[in-house]
Amino acid sequence: MDLPLYWVALIGFAIINFFLVSASVLVYYERKVSGWIQNRPGPNRVGPWGFLQPFADVAKLIFKEDISPTASSPFIHSLAPVLMVTIAMTTAALIPFARGFVIVDTEVSALLVLALTSIAVYGVTLAGWSSNSKFSLLGGLRSSAQMISYELAMGLSVLTVVLITGSLRLVDIVEYQNGPGAWGILGWNVFRAPIAALIFIVTAFAETNRAPFDLPEAEQELVGGYHTEYSGMKFGMFFLAEYVNFFVASFVIVTLFFGGYLLPWEDALLSALPGLKDSVLLGVLQVLSLLLKAAFFAFVFIWVRWTLPRFKYQQLMTLGWKMLLPIALANVVLYALFFTFKALLGWGG
Amino acid sequence: MLAPVLFFLFAAVAIAASIGTLLARNPVNSALSLIVNLLAVASLYLTLNAAFIGIVQVLVYAGAIMVLFLFVIMLLNLEATPVLEAIDKRILAGYAGGTLLLGAITYLLARGLGALPTFEIAESAAATGTPRALALNLFTTYALPFELIGLLLLVATIGAVMIAKKRFV
Repeated sequence: MDLPLYWVALIGFAIINFFLVSASVLVYYERKVSGWIQNRPGPNRVGPWGFLQPFADVAKLIFKEDISPTASSPFIHSLAPVLMVTIAMTTAALIPFARGFVIVDTEVSALLVLALTSIAVYGVTLAGWSSNSKFSLLGGLRSSAQMISYELAMGLSVLTVVLITGSLRLVDIVEYQNGPGAWGILGWNVFRAPIAALIFIVTAFAETNRAPFDLPEAEQELVGGYHTEYSGMKFGMFFLAEYVNFFVASFVIVTLFFGGYLLPWEDALLSALPGLKDSVLLGVLQVLSLLLKAAFFAFVFIWVRWTLPRFKYQQLMTLGWKMLLPIALANVVLYALFFTFKALLGWGG
Repeated sequence: MLAPVLFFLFAAVAIAASIGTLLARNPVNSALSLIVNLLAVASLYLTLNAAFIGIVQVLVYAGAIMVLFLFVIMLLNLEATPVLEAIDKRILAGYAGGTLLLGAITYLLARGLGALPTFEIAESAAATGTPRALALNLFTTYALPFELIGLLLLVATIGAVMIAKKRFV
């Protein structure tokens, strides 16, 4: 699809605003869910059912004084939160929201997702270093070690999906899940590669620094971790980046493993209602389907955070290097062998 | 029309960042300049339609190797090196002018002797830059060198592990 440039810009603008608003909704949602999980009401004072709480929070953050520590590196200190938000938002550009509705559609978009994830670590690391505080520095160091350890397993699980699809293009990956031999939702990659899906979800938690992998900001040991020395809206940007990050990660999980924008039983639905094909309504339904699935995974992110305790550092490293990486590697080799034999013996056409 | 503009933009960024890498007194700033340089070079690959190479450049160099560099620099908490002596602006200008003159003379000489490479415009690059074309080349025509490089990397990895061990077994 070749849209004129101003349309792409407008869609990009809409999507950025969507993610900005979604962050405040997710903050509210997280506080409510954590309240339910811990058997307390959660925010219920500001507005009906506490619904205006995130707006109150943001207003507070904007009006707070911006403090930067002495002997910090001012440029990098300001750069770090910007980097976090920018990279989190950029990944959103790669996600296909409906058939033919994607901002950046390149030959290598699956790799681009991995590349953006891998440079997202600089925000945390630089924030930790530039604050000139030992708590922040420890947080930044933990973050870079954690990211490097989990990136490998993440890349290998994406590689499994790429092997199945035979393409690095996210649009192809989504469409293939509707493709040959797919029956209803059984074509989704989660059923074709369950182990890779599980590994990807676990590593997505680690890459977004969400509990139980939130060692870079472990409140009990490191005060606030990498953002200890941040205040006001700079802290707000870290906060924003965290929520945007895990929401975008939910979108990526859905795109890679849960059929992306595809409706469940889309083929059956289309043959039952032929008028729906190529209509605007189908596009709207696809966007809604993607949103619903992503919202579910956003819920999973919150659910896990409030039910599982944080890993210890050596548990984190053991899980990453001694369990996830070998399993992911064996998984890839297995799938590669399977597809090679399939091609050699001519199974399934 | 856009491609040459982008090329010179990213080339300028890459050169500025690599000069920054050399001149920065603080090791972290130096590493950051190197990251900017790597990203600019990746963008250059993108302007040449070699998206795969560009993304892999970001993924491997900017995303993994430089994170490790930064990790080590931060772990050792290296101090900024003191400024030994102020560089004289006039000497700097002299070097810059001399380099420019040398470049101009070399260019003219090369053009006069007909030694300049002819430009192959991006059509061929567009065909060879895709992951599929790259993989086909790599795994058929250049299969042996590819495997040898793989072996070399494996040997280097084992060597690194052996050196990192306290006692040789």
